[in-house]
Amino acid sequence: MHASLPDADTLIRQLADAIAPTLTPDTLIVGIHTGGAWVAERLHALLQSTTPLGTLDISFYRDDFSRIGLHPQVKPSNLPFDLENRDILLVDDVLHSGRTVRAAMNELFDYGRPASIRLAVLVDRDDHELPIRPDFAGLTISVPDNQNINLSRLDDGHLTLSLA
Amino acid sequence: MNPQLTEDGRLRHLLSIDGLPRAILTQILDTAESFMDVGEREVKKVPLLRGKSIFNLFFEPSTRTRTTFEIAAKRLSADVVNLNIATSSQTKGEAILDTVDNLAAMHADMFIVRHSQSGAAHFIARNVAPHISVINAGDGRHAHPTQGLLDMFTIRRFKGEFHNLTVAIVGDVLHSRVARSQIHALTTLGVPEVRVIGPKTLMPTGVEQMGVKVFHDMETGLRGCDVVIMLRLQNERMKGALLPSAQEYFKFFGLTPAKLALAKPDAIVMHPGPMNRGVEIDSEVADGPQSVILPQVTYGIAVRMAVMALLAGGTTT
Repeated sequence: MHASLPDADTLIRQLADAIAPTLTPDTLIVGIHTGGAWVAERLHALLQSTTPLGTLDISFYRDDFSRIGLHPQVKPSNLPFDLENRDILLVDDVLHSGRTVRAAMNELFDYGRPASIRLAVLVDRDDHELPIRPDFAGLTISVPDNQNINLSRLDDGHLTLSLA
Repeated sequence: MNPQLTEDGRLRHLLSIDGLPRAILTQILDTAESFMDVGEREVKKVPLLRGKSIFNLFFEPSTRTRTTFEIAAKRLSADVVNLNIATSSQTKGEAILDTVDNLAAMHADMFIVRHSQSGAAHFIARNVAPHISVINAGDGRHAHPTQGLLDMFTIRRFKGEFHNLTVAIVGDVLHSRVARSQIHALTTLGVPEVRVIGPKTLMPTGVEQMGVKVFHDMETGLRGCDVVIMLRLQNERMKGALLPSAQEYFKFFGLTPAKLALAKPDAIVMHPGPMNRGVEIDSEVADGPQSVILPQVTYGIAVRMAVMALLAGGTTT
């Protein structure tokens, strides 16, 4: 069922509006593969950021590796900058348990010591398992545990949210 | 049933490239690609194998292979123990399985095995507990699968694809476990023409059945090749009367700039190391612009990380 979720592009624009006043010229935007990278790409354009866009694949940092193994399509992380002492805006599509964000922060620290990390998510499912909260959320929503919120990208680049 | 694969087709042990499907080889190469950048980072480590114990069981000495396995395991955050068994319990007459059982009792998760006898890693794999994986790091004349895989990774990095290549393997194919692993990997990945070049005394009988073309002179064998893989000539082969002398061998089968010029102008030159300069390869070639021998060593770490990560992963993906 898709019916109840708002349009992803509208949410991203709202998210950009909320972030804009807090963004410094040298803030680095980093998206988490795959959905977070799509959102980060949009935010990067909307916020007219002049720093390179970073992407993070957290497969090597997941806490469930010994149970479920390696994701079959691990993509290399791409952080084309030195993040020592920089302000980072970390972007993901859906915040749920908080484990992905924890893994992403662990990975970021293996590249250097950022001055700060803030978290922006398109959708915040409010049943977290870790003390991790977004600084910016396009939408906060309660969804039953057995349902997933997915962000997908159509061939024309359009992003859509669905509930399944 | 292939002892290297689980019932649902995942990698359980890595013992030999023979019998592994192309999808598994490609998965290893793709995974290695994503490990490449770990070596460039401030912290050259990822936490995938944190808390796992990996034992390097080297019944036959090897510095380079053992070191690259050790670095790979450490970059995955595993704890690594190196056992140079050739100089310890084996000389006291301890049986292989007793050694292995003792290490399993120390809660080992993975064994990396090098042994001078073909089949040693298979033998250990058949006798370990279900949660322990075994990687063959070279057994007799049989196989050296991670070397074969890192060679494929090197070829893919420099040539992009496999389906349009002509690859020559030159030298002592008879005694070479590396050559066997390379041939299986190249044919599985779809290289249309694999050639082996060497003197008759160093060519196994029936090697054609592995899907290769046999040449006994460099001049015809190297013509039009995209990749030239040189094999190490073991000095002891001279004593066994298989070859007259190192000088004689170099004259006919040593890779010189003049012989390399017969291959394609953009051909790459590979060697599993350690090299015998002036025996199978001229220094001018080994250190020349077409040589990718040092990148092979670097890539070997990423490839071994990939194999370990895939073996240590959970039951489903």
